[in-house]
Amino acid sequence: MKICITGIFRISLLILTMLTSTMTSAQIGLRTIHQERSLYRNILVTEDYERRCMRFTITDRIGQNQSCRYLDDKDKLVFPYAKLVLTSLLVQDNPERILIVGLGGGTLVHTYSSLFPNAEIIIAEIDEAVVRVAREYFDFEETDRIRVETVDARVYVKRAGLRGEKFDLVILDAFNGEYIPEHLMTMEFFEEVKMLLPQDGMVVSNTFSSSRLYAAESNTYREVFDQIFNVRMAGTGNRIIIAPMQALPDRATLEQRAPLFRERLERFDMDITTFPRLMQTTADWDTGERPLSDQYSPANLLNN
Amino acid sequence: MSSTHNLMVLCLAFVSGFIIMAIELLGGRILAPYFGSSIYVWGSIITVFMLSLSIGYLMGGRMSLHNPNLGRYGIFFVSAAVLLMPLVLWSNSMMEFIFLRIEDPRYGSLVVSMLLFFLPTAVMGMIAPYSVRLLVMDTARSGHIAGMLYFISTLGSALGTLATSFYLVLWFEVNSILLVMSGTLAIAGATAIGASRAGLARSTN
Repeated sequence: MKICITGIFRISLLILTMLTSTMTSAQIGLRTIHQERSLYRNILVTEDYERRCMRFTITDRIGQNQSCRYLDDKDKLVFPYAKLVLTSLLVQDNPERILIVGLGGGTLVHTYSSLFPNAEIIIAEIDEAVVRVAREYFDFEETDRIRVETVDARVYVKRAGLRGEKFDLVILDAFNGEYIPEHLMTMEFFEEVKMLLPQDGMVVSNTFSSSRLYAAESNTYREVFDQIFNVRMAGTGNRIIIAPMQALPDRATLEQRAPLFRERLERFDMDITTFPRLMQTTADWDTGERPLSDQYSPANLLNN
Repeated sequence: MSSTHNLMVLCLAFVSGFIIMAIELLGGRILAPYFGSSIYVWGSIITVFMLSLSIGYLMGGRMSLHNPNLGRYGIFFVSAAVLLMPLVLWSNSMMEFIFLRIEDPRYGSLVVSMLLFFLPTAVMGMIAPYSVRLLVMDTARSGHIAGMLYFISTLGSALGTLATSFYLVLWFEVNSILLVMSGTLAIAGATAIGASRAGLARSTN
């Protein structure tokens, strides 16, 4: 009898929870249009009245949007981080070969392939399911100059280096999830990436701007590349590191170049002339924090 | 005398349990630069650990048939300490060698795991059944003793996993951790050998 009562109590509690959760979702008009569990994560595609998002989740509630796009305008960038990545155009323009690590919803692929229709773009994405979902829900398409490799980026970069391949631009965008792939954030890895860069190449990395990891990662980049731009923006947890092979252009040069790109970037809802002031060269982190290496890479622990 | 002997065997079994799992966890860290951290890399590592432990159990059990003693028990530890050294000294060149020859990271990581982990882990696997033999006085209590031993060594494994993943990798470099593990095994082995020489033995049954 007692069991029965607690049973009923539990069931009603469950129904109540379900009701309230659907109500809150309904209130903001957010619905899940696809859900799947891959080898690496839960992938959720959600949609509300204005945008569709890919999120990697632990539960329905917890988890970050990886990639979003507006339903009525495919070009317009939802997140500031993509705009911060584009500031690297002020450092090096006109890449012919681009390597993007981490596909997500393919926002950066779309942006760069529209900006540079003749560029060859290779994407290293470890998770086949992400590629599938990007194809099905985010209009991601492989063409004769856009190719996805389902492979761990560390393995891809090492092999590409052995083959003597070069990329004018390497974008590291694999750090959005709950778990950071620690072997993609070490001095040794950055050295391997550097092998892929020609004289005027650069790495652009989308990462975190908080916790001890912010300092550790910044110092790691500084160990491998002489100078870096640190690009931050109020109201976002992302920061972008721009690490070119050549010397950094000064502020005046950036300000001069910005208007040249203004028109081309307008379709992405971005006024690039407001960005040069965000591109900092001075350290606003603890430069004493130990850089990360294959021997010492507790990135996830430092990010707590 | 007997209880000191048993306590020593249990402590040593704890140490070996701790170190086995610490190394297995570091294995993922060691392989990642060459083979990534995909699920199959962990698959390779766990497969090799299970395989080498199983063979170690078989061999350790068989060796316990002939004149089991603390001195030989200590030699297992010292051997494991020595067999860990290639991991510190040559793991990168070994991985590079395999990486260049095997394109598929699944089989690359499996082969590398065999080369790096099979011998030390098999030797550490020999410790468990040998410990049972050193502790068991009579057949009636053998299950009880074996249970106690599994408890202690698996508890060591649990703590080894926790300590390594929560703290050790945050404080130390992988090679430093491995060197300390190797040193600990050597000291443990030397202690057992020393105790054996000093005549510390289980009272005869």
